[in-house]
Amino acid sequence: MRIKFHQNLDGLKERLLVMAGLAEQAIQRATEAYRTRDFSLCDLVFQSEPAINRMEREIDEMAYELLATEQPMAIDLRFILAVIRINADVERVGDQAVNIASRAVEMGTHSNIDLPVDIPKLASLAQAMVRKSLQSFIEADAEMARSVLTMDDEVDAMNKAAYKALTEMIQVQPELTPQALNVLIIARNLERVGDHATNIAEDVIFWVQGSDVRHSGPIPRDVP
Amino acid sequence: MGVGIEVKNLNAWYGQTHTLRDINLTIPANSATALIGPSGCGKSTFVRCLNRMHETNPSARVEGMVKVGDIDIYNDAAPVEIRRRVGMVFQRPNPFPTMSIYDNVASGLKLNGFHNRKVLDEVVERSLKQAALWNEVKDDLKKKSGASLSGGQQQRLCIARALAVDPEVLLMDEPASALDPASTSKIEDLIFELKDEYSIVIVTHNMQQAARVAENTGFFLNGQLVEFAPTSTIFTKPHDKRTEDYITGRFG
Repeated sequence: MRIKFHQNLDGLKERLLVMAGLAEQAIQRATEAYRTRDFSLCDLVFQSEPAINRMEREIDEMAYELLATEQPMAIDLRFILAVIRINADVERVGDQAVNIASRAVEMGTHSNIDLPVDIPKLASLAQAMVRKSLQSFIEADAEMARSVLTMDDEVDAMNKAAYKALTEMIQVQPELTPQALNVLIIARNLERVGDHATNIAEDVIFWVQGSDVRHSGPIPRDVP
Repeated sequence: MGVGIEVKNLNAWYGQTHTLRDINLTIPANSATALIGPSGCGKSTFVRCLNRMHETNPSARVEGMVKVGDIDIYNDAAPVEIRRRVGMVFQRPNPFPTMSIYDNVASGLKLNGFHNRKVLDEVVERSLKQAALWNEVKDDLKKKSGASLSGGQQQRLCIARALAVDPEVLLMDEPASALDPASTSKIEDLIFELKDEYSIVIVTHNMQQAARVAENTGFFLNGQLVEFAPTSTIFTKPHDKRTEDYITGRFG
């Protein structure tokens, strides 16, 4: 029995989940800042980024050390490879939170207007995808991970609809272009968060079942 | 050239102990096949059945069919002929201690009645070159004994000795487990070279070694062949939970 090795794998998982918790919280705060115009939340997002980046490096190092010293195989090898990839995606979720927070701050310099995009709904969907993908990682549940993949279609569709509505609005009311562009970018950031959640779910499927389901869906066209 | 091995319903016993149960397996020609499994799982007994070494133990018994190439080894040929076709290298290098390096390699041929000096010289040189030992011993062939070589060199000498009688299959029972990493690498490099001309079956406890050298890997447990598949499948996505538990160190 390789007790210490398996304890180290548990430790790796735990560390990744701590980091994922920070990234989830950052997305939640950034979108809340957009919704409530409470920009103190954005400062918390900016402050959390270095910690997320530091943990990304730390988790990679832990994973490399286990690869080098334990020469894992089969499900253990797949787990460590999945952790390395999920680690990068979680860090990118943190980056998207910073992008959204920056846009929210920028929005604060303009008057508050009604926009034809339901950012809170889009944010809630993207966050649900992240939460579910991480839950599937916690529970090693490939079926739950598969359900995340289908959720991505809705997020993509909402992002596309936002693009259409905002470009139309810019044509009709060009004086609102700065606000429209900020919201367009936020919608795009949230769509990217959904993509990272999809990647995490694909990595969970790879870990649990050994099947590589990346790039197996239809190729998207006319992506804004 | 190497030949394939076909095993059908192979069972083996030591006295009352049933050590191999209904093994069915096809080992492809000119490739390396690794056999892994915990101690006592039957993998060494299995390779000993492939050249009729198992029956040298008085209490041992074998049932089933083993075909090496076209030859049914338990029906079509004498054990001595089978052991010429199917060479074996053991865990601990076992050169004949009092013989020179040259005589160690030539011993098999001499036993088979070859005494032509020119032929023997050629075979000794070719075999030592195949075993990647020639350059290290060519000046001391008749001066030094096999036992004077280092452990890694002794093992390559044993491989040269096995190759000298021109086998079709080479069985290796943990050939590198008593060697240091550098000597182990040489043996592994050698396996790569040799499989162009021979079929190689290697028993190993070192799973990284199996992963490195073998095209196919079989996992034995309690006398049964649990899984036989391409090595890349066994070590990344084995089909059987028992295989996965073994190679990830969850038991054994």
